Amino acid sequence: MKRSKLWAWIILILGALYFLLPLVATLLFSLSIRRGTYSLDAYTNVVQAPAFQQTFTFSLVVGVATIVVGLLIVVPAAYFVRLRAPQLRPIIEFVTLLPLIIPPIILVFGYIRMYNSSSLLPLTNTALGTNILLTLAYVALALPYMYRAVDTGLRTIDVQTLTEAANILGANTLTILVRVIFPNIIVAVLSGAFLTLAIVIGEFTIASLLNRPAFGVYMQNVGANRAFEPAALAVISFVITWIAMGMIQLLARFAPKTAPRTD
Amino acid sequence: MADEFLHIENLVKSFNGNTVVKSVNLAFNKGEFVTLLGPSGCGKTTILRMVAGFERPTSGTILVEGKDISPLPPNQRKIGMVFQAYALFPNMNVEDNVGFGLKIGRVPRDEARARVEEMLKLIGLSGYGKRFPFEMSGGQQQRVALARALAPKPKMLLLDEPLSALDAKIRVSLREEIRAIQRELGITTMFVTHDQEEALSISDRIVVLNAGHVEQFGTPFEIYNRPTTRFAATFVGTLNTLAAKVIDPATKSVSIDGQIAIIPSLSSAARSGDAISLTLRPEAISLANGHARDIVLDGTVSEVAFLGAVIRLKVNLGENALHLDTFNDQHSPPPRYDEKVKITFGGSDILVLGD
Repeated sequence: MKRSKLWAWIILILGALYFLLPLVATLLFSLSIRRGTYSLDAYTNVVQAPAFQQTFTFSLVVGVATIVVGLLIVVPAAYFVRLRAPQLRPIIEFVTLLPLIIPPIILVFGYIRMYNSSSLLPLTNTALGTNILLTLAYVALALPYMYRAVDTGLRTIDVQTLTEAANILGANTLTILVRVIFPNIIVAVLSGAFLTLAIVIGEFTIASLLNRPAFGVYMQNVGANRAFEPAALAVISFVITWIAMGMIQLLARFAPKTAPRTD
Repeated sequence: MADEFLHIENLVKSFNGNTVVKSVNLAFNKGEFVTLLGPSGCGKTTILRMVAGFERPTSGTILVEGKDISPLPPNQRKIGMVFQAYALFPNMNVEDNVGFGLKIGRVPRDEARARVEEMLKLIGLSGYGKRFPFEMSGGQQQRVALARALAPKPKMLLLDEPLSALDAKIRVSLREEIRAIQRELGITTMFVTHDQEEALSISDRIVVLNAGHVEQFGTPFEIYNRPTTRFAATFVGTLNTLAAKVIDPATKSVSIDGQIAIIPSLSSAARSGDAISLTLRPEAISLANGHARDIVLDGTVSEVAFLGAVIRLKVNLGENALHLDTFNDQHSPPPRYDEKVKITFGGSDILVLGD
């Protein structure tokens, strides 16, 4: 084996151990609720807890709402920037990166200040209003991932020519977006959607400060009060994230093929 | 004109102060196949895109059957278009691609299905309806794009360099197919290309464009044989230019590399000693193997290109170099490199060009 190849393997194994050992330890710990034997009791306790089901459902619904609202904003925006205002792309990219730079705690204090009970738009007055605020906050949080996923999808197709081809055949802008553009970037859109879901399911800071019954908040509470169940929850949330990532990989195989041919 | 279909009047297009189409006037007859021919940046695609509605004219009007279509968006112009990059919708199969315009136009389902079948038959792809674009060759994809453009029965067809992305062999067969379909349907067609052979072979008329203006508008025969400007003559086909000096305007005699020739088309305004340029096509010149025409000159072969049916020779006459084409004759081999030859051409073959 060549020297450089050997080093590559050593670094890879060290990296894998660094990532995998804590996971294996967490998994083993989550199975060790009974002394001297492995069992799924911690998982049973977690899944059967009403709070788990409520918070998980809540986060799932907010996640889906985030994806829908996010796509309604991001897909037309990315499409128009690519088609009509490509010079705005660097600005839009910068704006979509801001949620990565601004910590969620700053973001949520800003929201609370802007939309509290004494503001012009007192969203925090009601549970529904706060849920809407939470969803919008998550839309902002997911923006870097969602925009990049959609923009990458748009890059794989000839947006201008497809738009013009549909347009001259009689289609208006909405029809073009729905029937031509969206189906051709659906895989990219779904990968953005799964990333968003993965973020929303585990998010703690914003949900906690807005006092919403989200899964991330529940995980923190369980972590503060129990021993084995938090480990089980961590494994469950890892599995959910991995499923989401696996779905992205799987869907990539179904992307419409656009390779040009000259024969 | 009674059968005038498309009328373009004083069409101007500027991008950020840079005028790319300069007061273009054109009139197409109904059912005519007209090619816009010119080098990159001459404005041909911009004119086509203004007719399609993708670009708004800076000034001027575009009339289709007497009606100004300039204010209409592309989706209300009832024009079909085929793009260089095929532009088939990757998520749809052939049937759905061809039927897209019909669906948008809310054509009843049965009628639309029949029309799609008819179109697929027309392009020779019946039975390919369920295939996706990526499963087809470039030539097949472009035929589907043509069927898609024609399915909604447009008033006019625009072809934006539809053959440029294809291999040379497919290009020739597809252009013949496009022309046959256009003739069969009798649809007025605007074809954009930079390929002169393509333009000459399939057009009813050709518009030669240069730097945003029309150099010449005429039939392929007129454009090739009677170019009215130097640009049209040099852009379409190969053109030889000979430097000559006027000896005696009265006898129309000139000197080419010290050899005397009589040029019947010499301008009466020419004066003794004037330096002039004589232009002529390669096929107008032949080797004077015992059959001399009006003018005979001595030269030396500097290049021999055997192209199969045709042999292209380059003959040097002092500072001048002439290309000439002769047919391959299996009984007499072509002259060799550096061989002294006599070339001959008719006085009337010399083109008199305005700049």
